[in-house]
Amino acid sequence: MKRLGEVLAPLGLTAVLLAVWELACRTLEVPAYFLPPPSAVAVALADHLPVLVAAAWRTLSTALIALVVASLIAQALAILTALSPWLDRAIRPLASVVQVTPVIALAPLLLIWAGLDHPDRALVAMAVVVAFFPIFSGAVAGLRAADPDLERLFDLYGAKPWQRVRRLRLPAAVPFLLEGHKVGAGLALIGAVVAEFGAGSGGVSGLAWQIQDAGAKLQTARMIAALVVLGIMGVALHAALERLERAGLRWWRGR
Amino acid sequence: MTTAALRNVRVDYARGPALGPVDLAVADGEVVALVGPSGCGKSTALRLLAGLEGPTAGEVIRAPGRGETAVVFQAPTLAPWLSARANVALPLELAGTGPADARRRADEALARVGLAGAEAARPATLSGGMAMRVSLARALVTEPRLLLLDEPFAALDEITRRALADDVLRLWAATRPAIVFVTHNVEEAVYMASRVVVLTRGPGRIAGEFGVEGPLPRPAAFRTEAGFRRTVEAVSAALAEGVAA
Repeated sequence: MKRLGEVLAPLGLTAVLLAVWELACRTLEVPAYFLPPPSAVAVALADHLPVLVAAAWRTLSTALIALVVASLIAQALAILTALSPWLDRAIRPLASVVQVTPVIALAPLLLIWAGLDHPDRALVAMAVVVAFFPIFSGAVAGLRAADPDLERLFDLYGAKPWQRVRRLRLPAAVPFLLEGHKVGAGLALIGAVVAEFGAGSGGVSGLAWQIQDAGAKLQTARMIAALVVLGIMGVALHAALERLERAGLRWWRGR
Repeated sequence: MTTAALRNVRVDYARGPALGPVDLAVADGEVVALVGPSGCGKSTALRLLAGLEGPTAGEVIRAPGRGETAVVFQAPTLAPWLSARANVALPLELAGTGPADARRRADEALARVGLAGAEAARPATLSGGMAMRVSLARALVTEPRLLLLDEPFAALDEITRRALADDVLRLWAATRPAIVFVTHNVEEAVYMASRVVVLTRGPGRIAGEFGVEGPLPRPAAFRTEAGFRRTVEAVSAALAEGVAA
Protein backbone atom coordinates (compact mmCIF):
# COMPACT_ATOMS: atom_id res chain seq x y z
CA MET A 1 0.00 0.00 0.00
CA LYS A 2 2.80 2.34 0.94
CA ARG A 3 4.78 1.42 -2.18
CA LEU A 4 1.73 1.97 -4.35
CA GLY A 5 1.42 5.44 -2.83
CA GLU A 6 5.06 6.14 -3.58
CA VAL A 7 4.37 5.48 -7.25
CA LEU A 8 0.94 7.09 -7.45
CA ALA A 9 1.73 10.37 -5.67
CA PRO A 10 4.31 11.70 -8.15
CA LEU A 11 2.28 10.36 -11.09
CA GLY A 12 -0.81 12.12 -9.77
CA LEU A 13 1.01 15.42 -9.38
CA THR A 14 2.45 15.08 -12.88
CA ALA A 15 -1.05 14.47 -14.28
CA VAL A 16 -2.40 17.54 -12.49
CA LEU A 17 0.47 19.73 -13.72
CA LEU A 18 0.02 18.49 -17.29
CA ALA A 19 -3.72 19.17 -17.13
CA VAL A 20 -3.13 22.72 -15.84
CA TRP A 21 -0.55 23.29 -18.57
CA GLU A 22 -2.89 21.98 -21.28
CA LEU A 23 -5.83 24.06 -20.05
CA ALA A 24 -3.73 27.19 -19.68
CA CYS A 25 -2.38 26.88 -23.21
CA ARG A 26 -5.87 26.48 -24.64
CA THR A 27 -7.74 29.12 -22.66
CA LEU A 28 -4.96 31.74 -22.82
CA GLU A 29 -4.24 30.91 -26.46
CA VAL A 30 -0.47 30.81 -25.93
CA PRO A 31 1.36 30.68 -29.27
CA ALA A 32 2.74 27.20 -30.00
CA TYR A 33 6.28 28.44 -30.67
CA PHE A 34 6.31 29.96 -27.18
CA LEU A 35 4.76 27.13 -25.18
CA PRO A 36 3.03 24.25 -26.93
CA PRO A 37 0.49 22.27 -24.87
CA PRO A 38 1.47 18.79 -23.62
CA SER A 39 -0.72 17.21 -26.28
CA ALA A 40 1.39 18.89 -28.98
CA VAL A 41 4.55 17.71 -27.25
CA ALA A 42 3.13 14.17 -27.20
CA VAL A 43 2.42 14.36 -30.91
CA ALA A 44 5.93 15.68 -31.58
CA LEU A 45 7.33 12.90 -29.44
CA ALA A 46 5.41 10.25 -31.37
CA ASP A 47 6.33 11.78 -34.76
CA HIS A 48 10.03 12.06 -34.02
CA LEU A 49 10.43 9.10 -31.71
CA PRO A 50 12.83 7.04 -33.89
CA VAL A 51 15.05 10.08 -34.49
CA LEU A 52 14.98 11.11 -30.84
CA VAL A 53 15.75 7.60 -29.60
CA ALA A 54 18.64 7.31 -32.05
CA ALA A 55 19.94 10.69 -30.89
CA ALA A 56 19.53 9.66 -27.25
CA TRP A 57 21.46 6.49 -27.94
CA ARG A 58 24.31 8.48 -29.47
CA THR A 59 24.45 10.76 -26.43
CA LEU A 60 24.24 7.80 -24.07
CA SER A 61 26.96 5.87 -25.87
CA THR A 62 29.20 8.95 -25.75
CA ALA A 63 28.61 9.08 -21.99
CA LEU A 64 29.22 5.34 -21.49
CA ILE A 65 32.43 5.30 -23.53
CA ALA A 66 33.57 8.34 -21.55
CA LEU A 67 32.70 6.53 -18.31
CA VAL A 68 34.86 3.54 -19.24
CA VAL A 69 37.79 5.75 -20.28
CA ALA A 70 37.47 7.96 -17.19
CA SER A 71 37.22 4.88 -14.98
CA LEU A 72 40.43 3.38 -16.35
CA ILE A 73 42.41 6.61 -16.12
CA ALA A 74 41.06 7.56 -12.68
CA GLN A 75 41.72 4.14 -11.14
CA ALA A 76 45.18 3.83 -12.66
CA LEU A 77 46.15 7.24 -11.30
CA ALA A 78 44.59 6.50 -7.89
CA ILE A 79 46.58 3.26 -7.67
CA LEU A 80 49.77 5.17 -8.46
CA THR A 81 49.00 7.58 -5.60
CA ALA A 82 48.51 4.59 -3.29
CA LEU A 83 51.82 3.01 -4.30
CA SER A 84 54.02 6.02 -3.59
CA PRO A 85 53.58 9.12 -1.40
CA TRP A 86 55.73 11.01 -3.88
CA LEU A 87 53.40 10.23 -6.78
CA ASP A 88 50.48 11.07 -4.48
CA ARG A 89 51.82 14.58 -3.92
CA ALA A 90 52.52 14.96 -7.63
CA ILE A 91 49.20 13.71 -8.99
CA ARG A 92 46.53 14.99 -6.61
CA PRO A 93 46.84 18.76 -7.24
CA LEU A 94 46.83 18.17 -11.00
CA ALA A 95 43.69 16.06 -10.69
CA SER A 96 42.02 18.93 -8.86
CA VAL A 97 42.84 21.24 -11.77
CA VAL A 98 40.77 18.94 -13.99
CA GLN A 99 37.92 19.17 -11.53
CA VAL A 100 37.75 22.97 -11.40
CA THR A 101 38.09 23.51 -15.16
CA PRO A 102 34.66 24.13 -16.74
CA VAL A 103 34.37 21.53 -19.49
CA ILE A 104 32.70 23.93 -21.90
CA ALA A 105 35.86 26.06 -21.88
CA LEU A 106 37.82 23.07 -23.14
CA ALA A 107 35.47 22.42 -26.05
CA PRO A 108 37.19 24.55 -28.73
CA LEU A 109 40.62 23.15 -27.86
CA LEU A 110 39.45 19.54 -27.78
CA LEU A 111 37.62 20.00 -31.09
CA ILE A 112 40.84 21.18 -32.71
CA TRP A 113 42.77 18.27 -31.24
CA ALA A 114 40.18 15.68 -32.23
CA GLY A 115 40.19 17.02 -35.78
CA LEU A 116 37.26 18.17 -37.88
CA ASP A 117 36.51 14.63 -39.00
CA HIS A 118 36.14 13.26 -35.47
CA PRO A 119 34.02 15.62 -33.35
CA ASP A 120 32.71 12.49 -31.58
CA ARG A 121 36.15 12.01 -30.04
CA ALA A 122 36.08 15.53 -28.66
CA LEU A 123 32.66 14.81 -27.12
CA VAL A 124 33.99 11.69 -25.40
CA ALA A 125 37.03 13.60 -24.19
CA MET A 126 34.87 16.34 -22.65
CA ALA A 127 32.62 13.83 -20.92
CA VAL A 128 35.76 12.03 -19.66
CA VAL A 129 36.98 15.27 -18.07
CA VAL A 130 33.69 15.62 -16.19
CA ALA A 131 33.37 11.96 -15.15
CA PHE A 132 37.00 11.63 -14.09
CA PHE A 133 37.06 13.43 -10.76
CA PRO A 134 34.37 11.67 -8.71
CA ILE A 135 35.82 8.30 -9.71
CA PHE A 136 39.36 9.44 -8.95
CA SER A 137 38.54 10.97 -5.57
CA GLY A 138 36.41 7.94 -4.64
CA ALA A 139 39.27 5.63 -5.55
CA VAL A 140 41.82 7.72 -3.66
CA ALA A 141 39.63 7.75 -0.54
CA GLY A 142 38.80 4.05 -0.90
CA LEU A 143 42.41 3.00 -1.31
CA ARG A 144 43.09 4.59 2.08
CA ALA A 145 39.99 3.20 3.78
CA ALA A 146 41.23 -0.31 4.57
CA ASP A 147 41.00 -1.37 8.23
CA PRO A 148 44.28 -0.16 9.85
CA ASP A 149 44.60 -3.49 11.67
CA LEU A 150 44.36 -5.32 8.34
CA GLU A 151 47.11 -2.99 7.11
CA ARG A 152 49.16 -4.04 10.16
CA LEU A 153 48.61 -7.70 9.34
CA PHE A 154 49.92 -7.02 5.83
CA ASP A 155 52.98 -5.36 7.46
CA LEU A 156 53.39 -8.38 9.70
CA TYR A 157 53.26 -10.83 6.81
CA GLY A 158 55.72 -8.75 4.81
CA ALA A 159 53.35 -7.99 1.93
CA LYS A 160 54.94 -6.27 -1.07
CA PRO A 161 53.44 -2.93 -2.16
CA TRP A 162 51.68 -4.45 -5.15
CA GLN A 163 50.28 -7.32 -3.03
CA ARG A 164 48.95 -4.76 -0.59
CA VAL A 165 47.20 -2.80 -3.34
CA ARG A 166 45.77 -5.83 -5.12
CA ARG A 167 44.75 -7.93 -2.13
CA LEU A 168 43.83 -5.28 0.43
CA ARG A 169 43.42 -1.72 -0.75
CA LEU A 170 41.62 -2.28 -4.05
CA PRO A 171 39.05 -4.70 -2.64
CA ALA A 172 38.60 -2.46 0.41
CA ALA A 173 37.93 0.43 -1.98
CA VAL A 174 35.04 -1.30 -3.77
CA PRO A 175 32.21 0.57 -1.97
CA PHE A 176 33.94 3.88 -2.72
CA LEU A 177 34.51 2.86 -6.33
CA LEU A 178 30.84 1.93 -6.77
CA GLU A 179 29.75 5.30 -5.41
CA GLY A 180 32.33 7.13 -7.54
CA HIS A 181 31.19 5.36 -10.69
CA LYS A 182 27.55 6.09 -9.94
CA VAL A 183 28.25 9.81 -9.60
CA GLY A 184 30.71 9.70 -12.50
CA ALA A 185 28.20 8.08 -14.86
CA GLY A 186 25.59 10.72 -14.10
CA LEU A 187 28.14 13.44 -14.72
CA ALA A 188 29.33 11.74 -17.92
CA LEU A 189 25.81 12.04 -19.31
CA ILE A 190 25.62 15.71 -18.36
CA GLY A 191 29.12 16.15 -19.77
CA ALA A 192 28.12 14.53 -23.05
CA VAL A 193 25.13 16.85 -23.45
CA VAL A 194 27.14 19.94 -22.54
CA ALA A 195 29.85 18.82 -24.94
CA GLU A 196 27.32 18.47 -27.75
CA PHE A 197 26.20 22.03 -27.14
CA GLY A 198 29.81 23.14 -27.13
CA ALA A 199 30.59 21.26 -30.33
CA GLY A 200 27.73 22.87 -32.23
CA SER A 201 26.33 21.05 -35.24
CA GLY A 202 29.58 19.93 -36.81
CA GLY A 203 28.80 16.33 -37.56
CA VAL A 204 27.36 15.40 -34.17
CA SER A 205 23.74 14.47 -33.82
CA GLY A 206 22.99 13.66 -30.19
CA LEU A 207 20.09 14.96 -28.15
CA ALA A 208 21.63 18.38 -27.61
CA TRP A 209 21.83 18.84 -31.36
CA GLN A 210 18.15 17.83 -31.63
CA ILE A 211 17.30 20.49 -29.04
CA GLN A 212 19.38 23.16 -30.78
CA ASP A 213 18.05 22.24 -34.23
CA ALA A 214 14.45 22.32 -33.02
CA GLY A 215 15.12 25.65 -31.32
CA ALA A 216 16.59 27.15 -34.46
CA LYS A 217 13.46 26.14 -36.38
CA LEU A 218 11.11 27.29 -33.58
CA GLN A 219 9.78 23.72 -33.33
CA THR A 220 9.25 24.14 -29.61
CA ALA A 221 7.17 20.99 -29.20
CA ARG A 222 9.97 18.91 -30.72
CA MET A 223 12.44 20.65 -28.45
CA ILE A 224 10.45 19.77 -25.35
CA ALA A 225 10.00 16.22 -26.67
CA ALA A 226 13.80 15.93 -26.87
CA LEU A 227 14.04 17.22 -23.30
CA VAL A 228 11.52 14.62 -22.20
CA VAL A 229 13.62 11.88 -23.78
CA LEU A 230 16.72 13.28 -22.10
CA GLY A 231 14.96 13.34 -18.72
CA ILE A 232 13.72 9.77 -19.09
CA MET A 233 17.19 8.63 -20.08
CA GLY A 234 18.73 10.35 -17.06
CA VAL A 235 16.22 8.82 -14.67
CA ALA A 236 16.68 5.36 -16.20
CA LEU A 237 20.48 5.64 -15.99
CA HIS A 238 20.31 6.76 -12.38
CA ALA A 239 17.97 3.90 -11.44
CA ALA A 240 20.18 1.35 -13.22
CA LEU A 241 23.27 2.66 -11.43
CA GLU A 242 21.54 2.59 -8.04
CA ARG A 243 20.68 -1.05 -8.63
CA LEU A 244 24.18 -1.87 -9.79
CA GLU A 245 25.64 -0.19 -6.71
CA ARG A 246 23.34 -2.07 -4.35
CA ALA A 247 24.05 -5.40 -6.05
CA GLY A 248 27.79 -4.66 -5.98
CA LEU A 249 27.68 -3.85 -2.27
CA ARG A 250 25.70 -7.01 -1.52
CA TRP A 251 28.28 -9.07 -3.36
CA TRP A 252 31.12 -7.28 -1.58
CA ARG A 253 29.66 -7.76 1.89
CA GLY A 254 28.54 -11.29 1.14
CA ARG A 255 24.93 -10.67 2.10
CA MET B 1 65.39 -19.82 24.86
CA THR B 2 63.87 -16.35 24.60
CA THR B 3 61.32 -15.85 21.84
CA ALA B 4 61.06 -12.10 22.29
CA ALA B 5 62.12 -9.53 24.84
CA LEU B 6 61.93 -5.84 25.66
CA ARG B 7 65.14 -4.56 27.25
CA ASN B 8 64.78 -1.28 29.14
CA VAL B 9 62.33 -0.18 26.46
CA ARG B 10 60.60 3.19 26.44
CA VAL B 11 58.07 4.48 23.91
CA ASP B 12 57.10 8.15 23.59
CA TYR B 13 54.42 9.31 21.22
CA ALA B 14 53.86 12.89 20.11
CA ARG B 15 51.19 13.25 22.80
CA GLY B 16 53.57 12.08 25.54
CA PRO B 17 55.24 9.02 27.06
CA ALA B 18 53.28 5.82 26.38
CA LEU B 19 55.27 2.97 27.88
CA GLY B 20 58.15 2.17 30.14
CA PRO B 21 60.85 1.80 30.81
CA VAL B 22 60.04 -1.94 30.96
CA ASP B 23 61.94 -5.20 30.83
CA LEU B 24 59.98 -8.18 29.67
CA ALA B 25 61.20 -11.51 28.32
CA VAL B 26 59.02 -14.22 26.82
CA ALA B 27 60.46 -17.74 26.72
CA ASP B 28 59.71 -20.29 24.00
CA GLY B 29 56.33 -21.87 24.57
CA GLU B 30 55.46 -19.58 27.46
CA VAL B 31 51.99 -18.05 27.84
CA VAL B 32 52.23 -14.52 29.29
CA ALA B 33 49.32 -12.24 30.14
CA LEU B 34 49.76 -8.46 30.17
CA VAL B 35 47.26 -6.81 32.50
CA GLY B 36 46.90 -3.11 33.16
CA PRO B 37 44.53 -0.16 33.16
CA SER B 38 43.43 1.50 29.91
CA GLY B 39 46.14 3.60 28.31
CA CYS B 40 49.00 1.88 30.15
CA GLY B 41 50.75 0.91 26.91
CA LYS B 42 49.76 -2.78 26.77
CA SER B 43 48.93 -2.64 23.09
CA THR B 44 52.10 -0.65 22.43
CA ALA B 45 54.13 -3.41 24.15
CA LEU B 46 52.40 -5.94 21.90
CA ARG B 47 53.18 -3.98 18.74
CA LEU B 48 56.84 -3.77 19.83
CA LEU B 49 56.96 -7.54 20.34
CA ALA B 50 55.35 -8.00 16.92
CA GLY B 51 57.96 -5.75 15.32
CA LEU B 52 55.20 -3.48 13.98
CA GLU B 53 56.68 -0.52 15.82
CA GLY B 54 60.11 0.50 17.14
CA PRO B 55 60.99 1.73 20.65
CA THR B 56 62.02 5.32 21.42
CA ALA B 57 64.79 3.96 23.64
CA GLY B 58 66.00 0.51 24.65
CA GLU B 59 66.14 -2.67 22.66
CA VAL B 60 63.58 -5.13 21.28
CA ILE B 61 64.84 -8.67 20.75
CA ARG B 62 62.87 -10.90 18.41
CA ALA B 63 63.85 -14.47 17.55
CA PRO B 64 60.99 -15.26 15.12
CA GLY B 65 61.75 -14.67 11.45
CA ARG B 66 59.39 -13.16 8.92
CA GLY B 67 56.00 -14.84 8.94
CA GLU B 68 56.65 -16.50 12.29
CA THR B 69 54.73 -13.92 14.32
CA ALA B 70 50.94 -13.76 14.31
CA VAL B 71 48.60 -11.19 15.85
CA VAL B 72 44.94 -11.41 16.81
CA PHE B 73 43.28 -8.05 17.37
CA GLN B 74 40.35 -7.07 19.54
CA ALA B 75 38.05 -7.08 16.51
CA PRO B 76 38.18 -10.11 14.21
CA THR B 77 39.70 -7.85 11.50
CA LEU B 78 38.57 -10.03 8.61
CA ALA B 79 38.34 -8.88 5.01
CA PRO B 80 34.56 -8.69 4.40
CA TRP B 81 34.96 -9.45 0.69
CA LEU B 82 36.67 -12.79 1.34
CA SER B 83 35.23 -16.09 2.54
CA ALA B 84 36.39 -17.48 5.89
CA ARG B 85 38.68 -19.83 3.96
CA ALA B 86 40.20 -17.06 1.85
CA ASN B 87 40.73 -14.93 4.96
CA VAL B 88 42.62 -17.74 6.66
CA ALA B 89 44.59 -18.58 3.51
CA LEU B 90 45.70 -14.95 3.07
CA PRO B 91 48.89 -15.03 5.19
CA LEU B 92 50.01 -18.20 3.40
CA GLU B 93 49.35 -16.72 -0.03
CA LEU B 94 51.18 -13.51 0.86
CA ALA B 95 54.16 -15.67 1.80
CA GLY B 96 54.04 -17.38 -1.60
CA THR B 97 52.25 -20.64 -0.78
CA GLY B 98 50.39 -22.00 -3.83
CA PRO B 99 46.60 -21.50 -3.83
CA ALA B 100 45.71 -25.21 -3.60
CA ASP B 101 48.06 -25.80 -0.68
CA ALA B 102 46.95 -22.59 1.06
CA ARG B 103 43.33 -23.60 0.68
CA ARG B 104 43.92 -27.06 2.13
CA ARG B 105 45.82 -25.68 5.13
CA ALA B 106 43.17 -23.00 5.66
CA ASP B 107 40.45 -25.65 5.77
CA GLU B 108 42.49 -27.63 8.30
CA ALA B 109 43.00 -24.53 10.46
CA LEU B 110 39.27 -23.78 10.33
CA ALA B 111 38.50 -27.36 11.35
CA ARG B 112 40.88 -27.00 14.32
CA VAL B 113 38.92 -23.99 15.61
CA GLY B 114 35.64 -25.86 15.17
CA LEU B 115 34.52 -24.17 11.97
CA ALA B 116 34.49 -27.11 9.56
CA GLY B 117 31.58 -26.47 7.22
CA ALA B 118 31.82 -22.67 7.45
CA GLU B 119 34.71 -22.38 4.96
CA ALA B 120 32.69 -20.55 2.31
CA ALA B 121 30.85 -18.22 4.73
CA ARG B 122 31.50 -14.50 4.53
CA PRO B 123 32.42 -12.67 7.76
CA ALA B 124 29.15 -10.69 7.70
CA THR B 125 27.19 -13.92 8.10
CA LEU B 126 29.21 -15.15 11.11
CA SER B 127 28.51 -14.46 14.80
CA GLY B 128 31.10 -12.49 16.79
CA GLY B 129 32.50 -15.66 18.35
CA MET B 130 32.73 -17.44 15.00
CA ALA B 131 34.44 -14.45 13.38
CA MET B 132 36.96 -14.41 16.24
CA ARG B 133 37.61 -18.12 15.62
CA VAL B 134 38.31 -17.38 11.95
CA SER B 135 40.74 -14.70 13.12
CA LEU B 136 42.39 -17.25 15.40
CA ALA B 137 42.61 -19.79 12.57
CA ARG B 138 44.27 -17.14 10.38
CA ALA B 139 46.83 -16.47 13.14
CA LEU B 140 47.58 -20.17 13.62
CA VAL B 141 47.62 -21.26 9.98
CA THR B 142 51.24 -20.15 9.56
CA GLU B 143 52.24 -22.12 12.71
CA PRO B 144 53.82 -19.04 14.31
CA ARG B 145 56.54 -19.16 16.97
CA LEU B 146 55.05 -16.09 18.63
CA LEU B 147 51.33 -15.45 18.93
CA LEU B 148 50.19 -12.02 20.15
CA LEU B 149 46.61 -11.44 21.23
CA ASP B 150 45.40 -7.86 21.83
CA GLU B 151 42.28 -8.10 24.04
CA PRO B 152 41.00 -10.73 21.65
CA PHE B 153 37.76 -11.59 23.44
CA ALA B 154 36.87 -8.19 24.90
CA ALA B 155 33.83 -7.76 22.65
CA LEU B 156 32.35 -11.20 23.34
CA ASP B 157 29.91 -12.49 25.92
CA GLU B 158 31.23 -14.40 28.95
CA ILE B 159 30.32 -17.90 27.73
CA THR B 160 31.91 -17.40 24.29
CA ARG B 161 34.87 -15.79 25.99
CA ARG B 162 35.54 -18.79 28.21
CA ALA B 163 35.07 -21.24 25.34
CA LEU B 164 37.59 -19.29 23.25
CA ALA B 165 40.08 -19.15 26.14
CA ASP B 166 39.97 -22.96 26.30
CA ASP B 167 40.29 -23.16 22.51
CA VAL B 168 43.41 -20.99 22.55
CA LEU B 169 45.03 -23.18 25.21
CA ARG B 170 44.07 -26.38 23.38
CA LEU B 171 45.55 -25.01 20.15
CA TRP B 172 48.62 -23.82 22.03
CA ALA B 173 49.21 -27.36 23.29
CA ALA B 174 49.50 -28.65 19.70
CA THR B 175 52.44 -26.51 18.51
CA ARG B 176 53.42 -24.63 21.72
CA PRO B 177 54.08 -21.15 20.35
CA ALA B 178 55.01 -18.43 22.82
CA ILE B 179 51.85 -16.44 23.54
CA VAL B 180 51.55 -12.89 24.85
CA PHE B 181 48.04 -11.64 25.36
CA VAL B 182 46.67 -8.39 26.63
CA THR B 183 43.51 -8.31 28.70
CA HIS B 184 41.57 -6.18 31.19
CA ASN B 185 40.16 -9.26 32.78
CA VAL B 186 42.22 -10.56 35.73
CA GLU B 187 40.48 -13.95 35.91
CA GLU B 188 41.02 -14.51 32.22
CA ALA B 189 44.70 -13.60 32.60
CA VAL B 190 45.25 -16.01 35.49
CA TYR B 191 43.24 -18.75 33.77
CA MET B 192 45.12 -18.61 30.49
CA ALA B 193 48.66 -17.63 31.39
CA SER B 194 51.57 -19.34 33.08
CA ARG B 195 52.79 -15.85 34.03
CA VAL B 196 50.84 -12.64 34.58
CA VAL B 197 52.62 -9.31 34.16
CA VAL B 198 50.86 -6.30 35.71
CA LEU B 199 51.52 -2.83 34.31
CA THR B 200 50.95 0.46 36.11
CA ARG B 201 48.81 3.18 34.57
CA GLY B 202 50.40 4.95 31.62
CA PRO B 203 53.21 5.28 30.82
CA GLY B 204 53.15 1.66 31.99
CA ARG B 205 55.91 0.16 34.06
CA ILE B 206 55.89 -3.32 35.51
CA ALA B 207 54.00 -3.29 38.80
CA GLY B 208 54.43 -6.99 39.48
CA GLU B 209 54.79 -10.45 37.97
CA PHE B 210 52.91 -13.53 39.11
CA GLY B 211 53.59 -17.14 38.17
CA VAL B 212 50.47 -19.28 37.89
CA GLU B 213 50.77 -22.86 39.13
CA GLY B 214 49.02 -25.69 37.35
CA PRO B 215 48.95 -27.40 34.00
CA LEU B 216 48.09 -25.80 30.65
CA PRO B 217 45.49 -26.30 29.19
CA ARG B 218 43.54 -25.90 32.42
CA PRO B 219 41.54 -28.71 34.05
CA ALA B 220 37.78 -28.16 34.14
CA ALA B 221 37.59 -27.10 37.81
CA PHE B 222 40.60 -24.78 37.65
CA ARG B 223 38.59 -21.60 38.29
CA THR B 224 37.32 -23.01 41.61
CA GLU B 225 40.75 -23.98 42.99
CA ALA B 226 42.13 -22.06 45.96
CA GLY B 227 45.43 -21.36 44.13
CA PHE B 228 43.53 -19.75 41.24
CA ARG B 229 41.52 -17.53 43.60
CA ARG B 230 44.66 -16.53 45.53
CA THR B 231 46.52 -15.54 42.36
CA VAL B 232 43.51 -13.57 41.12
CA GLU B 233 43.44 -11.67 44.45
CA ALA B 234 47.18 -10.97 44.30
CA VAL B 235 47.03 -9.75 40.69
CA SER B 236 44.00 -7.58 41.46
CA ALA B 237 45.81 -6.02 44.43
CA ALA B 238 48.90 -5.27 42.30
CA LEU B 239 46.66 -3.79 39.62
CA ALA B 240 44.92 -1.51 42.14
CA GLU B 241 48.29 -0.41 43.52
CA GLY B 242 49.60 0.27 39.99
CA VAL B 243 46.57 2.42 39.21
CA ALA B 244 46.96 4.39 42.45
CA ALA B 245 50.73 4.91 42.06
